[in-house]
Amino acid sequence: MDFGPYLLLATMEGAVGAAVLALTALGLSLVFGVMRVVNVAHGEFFMLGAVIAWWVAHLVGAHPALGFLAALVVAPIMVGLVAAVAERLVLRRLGYDPEATIVATIGLLYVIQQAALSTFGPDARPVEPPVDFRILLPWFGYSGYKLLVIAAAAALMLCVWWVLARTRVGLMMRATRFDRETARAFAIPVDRVYGGVFALGAMLAAVGAVLIVPIQQAHYLMGHDPLLLSFIVVIIGGLGSLRGTVLAALVIGMSDGVISVFFSPTLAKILATLLVAIVLVIRPTGLFGARAA
Amino acid sequence: MLKVDRIDCCYGNTQVLRGFSLELACGEILCLLGRNGAGKTTALKAIMGLVKPRAGAITVDGVDLTHLPAEAAPRHGIGYVPQGRRLFADLTVAENLEIGLMARHTPRAARERALDLFPALRERLDQASGTLSGGEQQMLAIARALCLEPKVILLDEPTEGLMPSMVARIREVVSTLRRQGTAVLLVEQRVEAVLEIADHVLFVENGRSRDRLAAAELRARPELLGRFVGVGD
Repeated sequence: MDFGPYLLLATMEGAVGAAVLALTALGLSLVFGVMRVVNVAHGEFFMLGAVIAWWVAHLVGAHPALGFLAALVVAPIMVGLVAAVAERLVLRRLGYDPEATIVATIGLLYVIQQAALSTFGPDARPVEPPVDFRILLPWFGYSGYKLLVIAAAAALMLCVWWVLARTRVGLMMRATRFDRETARAFAIPVDRVYGGVFALGAMLAAVGAVLIVPIQQAHYLMGHDPLLLSFIVVIIGGLGSLRGTVLAALVIGMSDGVISVFFSPTLAKILATLLVAIVLVIRPTGLFGARAA
Repeated sequence: MLKVDRIDCCYGNTQVLRGFSLELACGEILCLLGRNGAGKTTALKAIMGLVKPRAGAITVDGVDLTHLPAEAAPRHGIGYVPQGRRLFADLTVAENLEIGLMARHTPRAARERALDLFPALRERLDQASGTLSGGEQQMLAIARALCLEPKVILLDEPTEGLMPSMVARIREVVSTLRRQGTAVLLVEQRVEAVLEIADHVLFVENGRSRDRLAAAELRARPELLGRFVGVGD
């Protein structure tokens, strides 16, 4: 294949990764932005989404599309419930203290990971894609499902933006993010906002996982890479900045895809980490993060 | 209307309020006076449910708020203008006012009435509140609290750092609120302003409520200002 079509293929692969990464990182950024909680277990919510997707698709059987659609509904809800319970039983009792919640979410990471290993096993398991068609370009054919992943992720991110910018729930989340004590003084139920945001963040990771699991297989250790890349994205984009998160996810996801195709996935991670170091030195608050007063 | 009955409040192991009490009637302006650290701001926070009393009771119109979550105070008609304004700086003026409306599900007309008191805010509805001038921010902080149509409004140093014309405007608004029957609990450092506007003053010392007297009476007893506030010592 010539260089041009090869680059196009790599870019399209990168776009798929970027779309899923943007969803996952958006969840992490939302949780940090509103709650000031660094959720180290975020990658495990991603993994849990993929594992539950496999269970649901496996149980439903029948047509792959039915199993996948059921997984797309059930997996995020179940992961959201797990997150809501963890928030209620652990984070709230710690008063959302930044240091304590880092330690607690590390514990949560291992609990979820080992629970998945115990029930799901150590094997990687595939989920069939819901559709099986290819877009025929002059140089190569490309999976139609992968293009659907990009469209679905973009639609979901627009929904999140709409909720945050245009609804009362979003207004409560933005007010709580800025000053939780004053939010309480105006009858905003801060504890419920926190519970909802933590569940929503986990659900976004789970949706990302359900979308990607027909391309990558479900495995109990699959949460590591999304967690690392999400942190990279959130640091580059600016802690708590949703716009920065999405833009950084596009840059990191695309470059990860392109560099992985032309060179190696390891080099892609090295360059992303280098970019984080540069951003931290030049602009510690990230490209779109608020400057410290 | 508002009754605070012998409350004790602590931050960790540090006790800040000790048996603090006050009573506030409809259309009354009561000013808390005391030195820095006397517990005035903590008293307002306790009424708002932001600091939970370890003992005592807080009631509004006979409803006991003491053990209810912080959301209960605004829902029962207590508006709060915190010290330093504490606006949601990233949110626009309109969004800050919307938060006030949402607190008690008050009709949109409440926002119009609040904006009638501070017409300058009408031109800035789409502006981020953090970009307003200090005076405009204070107007917005009061307007936001008025959006929930409070029966009682707590004002914590509303004139702090403001130019004289803005101080006069806020004084006018407080007088208007009194005429409308709103009870006002004011923490203020400008003693002259207090004497002009307040019906009563309550001295606070080391977390305890002390003498309560009519503002007019205070002029005749300047030694109290010296003792409790450190003015005219």
